[in-house]
Formats: sequence, structure tokens, C-alpha cells
Amino acid sequence: MKHQRLVAVALWLAGLAVCALLVARTHFVADMSAFLPKAPNARQQMLVEQLRDGIIARLIMVGIEADSPAERARLSEALAADLRKNPTFVGVQNGSAETLAHDQAYFFDNRYLLSPSINADRFSANGLHEAIQTSIDGLSGSAGMMLKHLLPRDPTGETLQLIEQFSGSEQPNSVEGVWASRDGKRALLLAQTSGAGSDIDAQAQAQAAIKKAFAEIPGRKADARLLLSGASVFSVSSRQTIESEVTRLATASTLLVICLLLAIYRSPTLLLLGLLPVFSGALAGIAAVGLGFGQIHGLTLGFGTTLIGEAVDYSIYLFIQRADTGDARGFWRTIRLGVLTSIAGFVALLFSGFPGLSQLGLYSISGLVAAALVTRFVLPQLIPAKAKLRDLSRFGLLLNGAIARLQSVRSGIVILLLAALGLLIWRGDAVWNRELGALSPVSAAEQKLDTELRGDMGAPEMRYMLVLTAPDVEHALQAAENLSTPLRELTQQGVIAGFTSPANVLPSHASQQQRRAALPEESALRTNLGQALQDMPIKAERLEGFVADIGKARTAPQLTRASLNGTSSALLVDSLVVQRARDVLVMLPLRAPANGEINAAKVDQALGEAGLPVTTFIDLKAESFGLYATYLHEAAVLAGLGCLAIVVLLLVFLRSLPRTLRICAPLACSVLCVTAGLVATGTSLTILHLVGLLLVVAVGSNYALFFDQSTLQEDEAARRQTIVSLCVANLTTVSSFGVLAASKVPVLSALGLTVGPGAFLALLFSAALAPKAIKSLQGNRA
Amino acid sequence: MRKIDCCKLALSLLLCTALPAMAAELQLGELMQMLAQAKSAKATFIEKKYIGIVDKPVESSGELSFTAPDKLEKRTLKPKAESLVLDGDALTVDIPGKRRTTIKLQDYPEVAAFVESIRGTLAGDRSALERVYKLELSGHPEKWLLVLTPTQAKMSKIVTRIRMQGSHSEIKSIDFDQADGDRSEMLVTSIQAQ
Repeated sequence: MKHQRLVAVALWLAGLAVCALLVARTHFVADMSAFLPKAPNARQQMLVEQLRDGIIARLIMVGIEADSPAERARLSEALAADLRKNPTFVGVQNGSAETLAHDQAYFFDNRYLLSPSINADRFSANGLHEAIQTSIDGLSGSAGMMLKHLLPRDPTGETLQLIEQFSGSEQPNSVEGVWASRDGKRALLLAQTSGAGSDIDAQAQAQAAIKKAFAEIPGRKADARLLLSGASVFSVSSRQTIESEVTRLATASTLLVICLLLAIYRSPTLLLLGLLPVFSGALAGIAAVGLGFGQIHGLTLGFGTTLIGEAVDYSIYLFIQRADTGDARGFWRTIRLGVLTSIAGFVALLFSGFPGLSQLGLYSISGLVAAALVTRFVLPQLIPAKAKLRDLSRFGLLLNGAIARLQSVRSGIVILLLAALGLLIWRGDAVWNRELGALSPVSAAEQKLDTELRGDMGAPEMRYMLVLTAPDVEHALQAAENLSTPLRELTQQGVIAGFTSPANVLPSHASQQQRRAALPEESALRTNLGQALQDMPIKAERLEGFVADIGKARTAPQLTRASLNGTSSALLVDSLVVQRARDVLVMLPLRAPANGEINAAKVDQALGEAGLPVTTFIDLKAESFGLYATYLHEAAVLAGLGCLAIVVLLLVFLRSLPRTLRICAPLACSVLCVTAGLVATGTSLTILHLVGLLLVVAVGSNYALFFDQSTLQEDEAARRQTIVSLCVANLTTVSSFGVLAASKVPVLSALGLTVGPGAFLALLFSAALAPKAIKSLQGNRA
Repeated sequence: MRKIDCCKLALSLLLCTALPAMAAELQLGELMQMLAQAKSAKATFIEKKYIGIVDKPVESSGELSFTAPDKLEKRTLKPKAESLVLDGDALTVDIPGKRRTTIKLQDYPEVAAFVESIRGTLAGDRSALERVYKLELSGHPEKWLLVLTPTQAKMSKIVTRIRMQGSHSEIKSIDFDQADGDRSEMLVTSIQAQ
């Protein structure tokens, strides 16, 4: 006997040591990736990758507020100058004259390699005549001032053509020579980090560098403010929120459970013993997730705090029901079934497409199993014989009275259930929130600032785009060039308002080669020019600069990505041409016409007719909706299967349909009421609520099971004791989910708000609907 | 006692300077008032640009319209259709079939130099004009000449002088002398005035 005891404790201690080792090696993460889905299809995979690693995730939008436009411009210039020296950033733009000059020089100097109009015809006598006439006509218009300066060196108007490719794409306003918001009250700056968007440490470092640089600008007034936004800013702030939340939740939950247990047990020894399974369970949970996933997400730990409330249940049952040692075998059988039903629910989560949820599943399963095993095999060895629980029979009598009252208002409960059912039927499908953003831990204020800055930046709306892949950059740019013709046609038809192509600023080598080959030799050019100018008001000698520039362009080196350094086009190319492990991804953002919607069918048709079927048209909004719908569907299926598994388990173990139904009825009622309650309070349901409902069944089944078990107990005192233990266990669970409900992180609070009330209602309905208890109670009274 | 003397002196000085001019010539204040009374105007224009590198003047024509207080529209029909609408601080350039761009006037002083002078004159907005130009008026109400000289360096780098001729509240011609030696002449023929 003594030997057995030692073995159990030794095994437990060894297990703890192994777990502790594993935990020490587990990597903790707290980015938002746990709630970014894995990848149902290629388009959505693209979306997810872009959210996580794309250029968008590497851009930090900076707003500067100060009392005067001149001061804002000074701060913007000083900050930009400082950040440009910092290797943390690959690009910093603030609309300064310097970048503008670089941009202009790039387009003007390289016009004969860049312009899509360049071909042999362009420099024939006829071609020159036509192009020069167009330029002269243009002098009369609003662009005349600019054109007349360009004309001597660019009589065919290539520079104007290049500029017109960008018309329609919005640029930020400019005040005092730097970018400014629409209302003119903020200076704007855009910084591109060298670190990947998914590297949150690098992003946090980059943001700290911006703040430090701003703080160190000499002569900065105290009221000057720096605002940061962007996907990476969200990642960093979410991580901070999640980290601080997890610590806060775990502390609050532990304290609450300790207070509750102290109030009931009034024995520090029992309290400490009661916490042993919890501690062991948490350790086993983290170790298992670390082993299974290689890392554990902060949110999993956040959810995991609820394990405190659940794992403590088994020891509560043990301590309180131990007073009566009558049916030990029955007691452990019920515990075992309870653990199994809970596991059945959490197993469903293992298959979720959200890494965060599957981690939670594994964490909870291993935690519960460990807690139950410790309660079963270790605790009984450690309980000192004299550690006697105080008499709880008064509490038991009180509860009995409450249950009787509850059962006398059954008709009220039926009305409540009908009302809940009615509400849900009436609201139908409208109860679901279909936005992926509903899961985002980003606060409304942060989102508002982001929208403002984005609008001010005139950032290209990334809702619609064409996406294609190519083996290398050259082929990628060629493919983008091939799209120009159908896209220009679509623009003329009004299907799209315009498009942005990386090939506009960096043509493929093939195109550059072709254009260069189309440039005539000096003698041929002079002959053609002479003919072209015969009846025109411009003399050939005024165009010497043009002849010289063509000569230079014929031998100029081809443009590469490096040629773009220092221009704002560098960012454009980097964001639209993405080098991946095995291929190159190209994106061409499309601008929607005035009605805001692009007809996908027409775009697909145009691409098909042009023989460009490998290009995919993506509507990010539709994809994100679709993605969320997939997940909602998946969660619904998993929740359904989880519930089914629980029912099957009950049937198999209890071998009684009526008893199974008696246990399931309160759970169903609880799920119904919680859902209706959430809907009635204006919550639109997300995947997390759905998962929460599954947990209501998984966790609540324990209470229903024990309650049902209690109705079978012959001994009145023993039954009361069981009910007391149930009540205490339920309180700890409800309080730890209640703590979760108060979280600032939406995914955590959604789960807390669903499972907390659900677990409580499960016990309440179990009591209210228990048939045998009624008879016996009535008999008792008589 | 002293106070009254001062006032008298000031008044007599003012009268001395004002009186001779009133006899025959049009006063700037009067012209501005006259112009300000016209709430809308519509005209056709023919513009000739004399540009150094082109041997012949570049000619264009179209319509001008003004609606008080601050909307000016220049619609060029030949040789290339284009419309310029200045409304408040927003200048919208619309080239049919090509592009439509709206810019803020304050960001483009070179554009402002041209359009603000015409709009300010049509609106009779003396203070707006005097903010950026030195104004000199000569002639009679039937035939007056208003010369605007930019006072700000960034504008005088583009336009050195603007000359407007007119009769009563109608502008007949607008000539721009540009800093680089180029110039333009615009002949305006009123269609209707109210």
C-alpha cells in the first residue's frame, strides 16, 4: 500500500519535471497569426500571406501633429532624414522635394526605355510629325507651361505619357513641401521596414526607433505628437495587449478561485492540495502544446486560464464528496465520464483551421487529463487524515430549498425557452457576424486612426487586384506588360477606373531591349526629323537636345530595380513584385469605377479573351468574407460533431437513453438561452461564440452528469453533499470564464461571455429539470 | 482741441490726393465695385501663346464663364478639348478621354498666378488681388487698363506682368508676360452679362 503510494507520487513528480523541461523549451508567441486561418484555397492563401508578410505588413504610416504647418514640415524632414540613415528602414518617404526631384529625373532621363509608345514607327518622318504636332497642340492647354520646357529635349511627349499613366492614382496633399493630411493638420510620412511584417520583434524595434528619432529632434515642442499606424503597428500593439491580458487574466482567475476555495474549505492545506491538479494540468497543457506545435500562443494561455476553474473541479468533488465514502467506484466512474465528455468537446477543436483553437484543444485535453489523474492517484495519497472539511450540510440544505423553488417555476422556464427559441428563429441568419475583422484584437480607436491615415496617404485601395506568378522577375514584368492592353480596354469601357502596374516604372528587359532597338541612329534621326518638321513652326536646330538624348539612350544601360533607389517608385515595385521561395508574385491593383464595384465576370472575360488565363482576379473583400464563411461553416461542423461525440459517449457509458436525454436536455436549454441572451444584448455572433457553445456542452456536461448521478443516490445527506460540491465546482468555473469575459481581447471575451453563463445555466437547468429530485424532495418535506 | 485739428488735417490731406483723380479717371475702388456687381459672366475667348521655341503663336479658343463669388471655368474647344474649373481652392483639370485631376491651388503657385488674377478681377475682389499683386489702373470707365504686377517672388519667377483691358464690368483682353520672355494674349468677347 505504502509502496503504491510512493510510486504514484514519484511518477507524478517525474512527470512534472519532464513537463517543466518541455515548458522551458517552449517558444511563446503573441502575434495575431493564431487567428489568421491556415489556407483553404490558393486565393485565400495569397490573402493570408499578404496580411502576414506582404509589403503592406512592412509599412508604417506616420502622422505628425504640431501647431504650425512650417513646424510640421520641419519635424517631418528631420524625422525622415534621421530614419533614412537607419538600416532598420529600407525606404522613407515624406513627399520631400528631394524624392520628387528623383522621381522626375528618373522618368525624364529614362523616358526612351520607359515609354510604351516607343517603336520604330515613332521615329519615322510621319511618326515624328504626328507626335510633335500633338505636343505643339498640347502647348495651348493647361500643361503648356510644363511642356514647353520639355519640348526641346522631348518633342514627342514621352514624359507626358509616363505621367499620364499615374493620373487617377491619388497622391497625398502637400503642404510646405511635405506630405500632409487632407485637412492639412498632420504631416505624413511613410516608412518601410527591412524586417518582415511577421517578425514582431523587428517591427517593435522599428517603431521604437521612429519614436526615439522623433523625441530627439532638437527644438521639438512638447505638444508635437507622433502617430503610428499600419498592420505592423497593430501586430505590436496586439502582442502587448495579449501579453498583458494573459498575465492579468491568470492572476485574477487564480486569486478568485483561491478566495472561493478558502471561503468554502477554510483550510489552507486543502486549498494547496486542491491547487495541485490545476498546477500540474497547466504545466502538462503547455508542455503538450509546445511538443505538438513547437510554440504556444499567448492567446492559448489566455484561454487556458479557464482551465484553472475547471481543473479544480475534480479536487472539489473529491474533498466535498469524500465526506461520504459510500460509493467510491461510482464516484470515480462519474469523474471519468465527465473528463471524457469534456475531452470529446475539446477534441473537436483540435481539427480547427485556426491554429489558436487547435492549440486550445490540445492544451485543455492534456490539462484536464493531467488534473484528473493527479486528483485520482496523487491527491488521495497526500490528504492528511486529519484534514477534515468543515460541515457544509447547512449550505446543502439551503441549496436543496433553492432547487425546490427552481423546480416549482418550471412553467416559467418553458416560457423562457420558447421566447429564446422565438428570438433565434426570428433573427435567423442575421445573428452571425461575417467580418474577419470581428476577431481582430485591434481597438476601434486604432482602426479609426488607420483609416484616416490611409485615406490621407491616398494609399492605393487594395480591394481589387490581379495576381499572377512567374518563375522570375523578368517573366513577371513581361506578364504585367501583357496585361496592359486588356486593362486599358477595360478602363475605356468603364469596367475599371484604372490600374497600377509595376511594369510602368520598371519595364521588362525584353521591352527595354525592344525600345532601345527602335531608337534610330543619329543620321537617320536627323533625316526623319528634317522631313517631319518641313511644314511645322519648329526649327530642327532647336531640337538638338532631343537628338543628343536619343543618342545617349541608345547606349544607356538597362533599368533594374536598383535604378529606382531614391524614387518613390521603389516602394511601388517592391510592394507589387514579391520574390517568394520558388517564384515571383505580381500584383496589379485595380481601381473601382464610381459605383465602387468591379464586375468580376467582365474582368475575367477580358483576361480570357486576351489569352491570359493564368492571371487571377481577386476581390479581397469577397475573399475575406468567403474565408470567414468557410471558417464559420467549419466551426459549425466541428461543434456539431463534438456535441454528437458527447451524446454517443453518454449513451455508451450510461447504457440508458432516458438518462442520456436527462443529461442532454439541460445542456440544450443552456445553449439555447445563452445564444438568445447574446443576440438579445446586441452581440453579433462570431466563430468564437460558436466554439464557446461547444464548450458549454463539454464543460456543462460534467455538472449535468453529476447532478443526474446525485438523483440516484439513496442517502439524502450524501446527495446534498454532492450538490454542494457541484455548486462550488460550478462557481469556480463560472468565475474563471467570467474573468475571461472581462478581457479587452475580443476572442477571449467572446469565449468567456458564452461559456461562463452557459456553464452556470447548465447546472441551473439540470436542477430545474431533474425529475427524481422533485419526488424525493417532496417526500422529504411531507 | 488738438484732436480736432489732427482730424481736420488728415481729412484735408485725403481730399487733396483724391480730388484730382476723380475728375476724369476711373478709380480702382469704383472699378472693383462695378466688377463685383456682375454676378455671372459668359464669354468666348481666343488665346495666342507666343512661345520661344515655336515660330508661330499657338492659338486656342473656347469659352470662359464666371459665377460669383469664386467659380471660374475655362473650357478650351480647339485645338484640344480641355476644361479647367476653379472652384474655391480646388482646380479641376478635365481632359476628355484622358484624365480628370483636382489639385489644390495653394500647392501650385504657377497655376495660381494665372487663374487667380482673372478670377479676382472678375469678382472685383480687391483685397484678394492686392495680396499677391500691385495694382495700377488707368483710363476711363469705357476703356480701362488694369496692370497687375506680382509682389511675391515665387510668382514673379513665372509671370512678370498681367495686363487686363476692359469696358465697364467687361474684360476685353488679358495679356500675360512670362518671366522667360514668352507671353500670351487672350481676346475675350462677352456673350452675356448680368
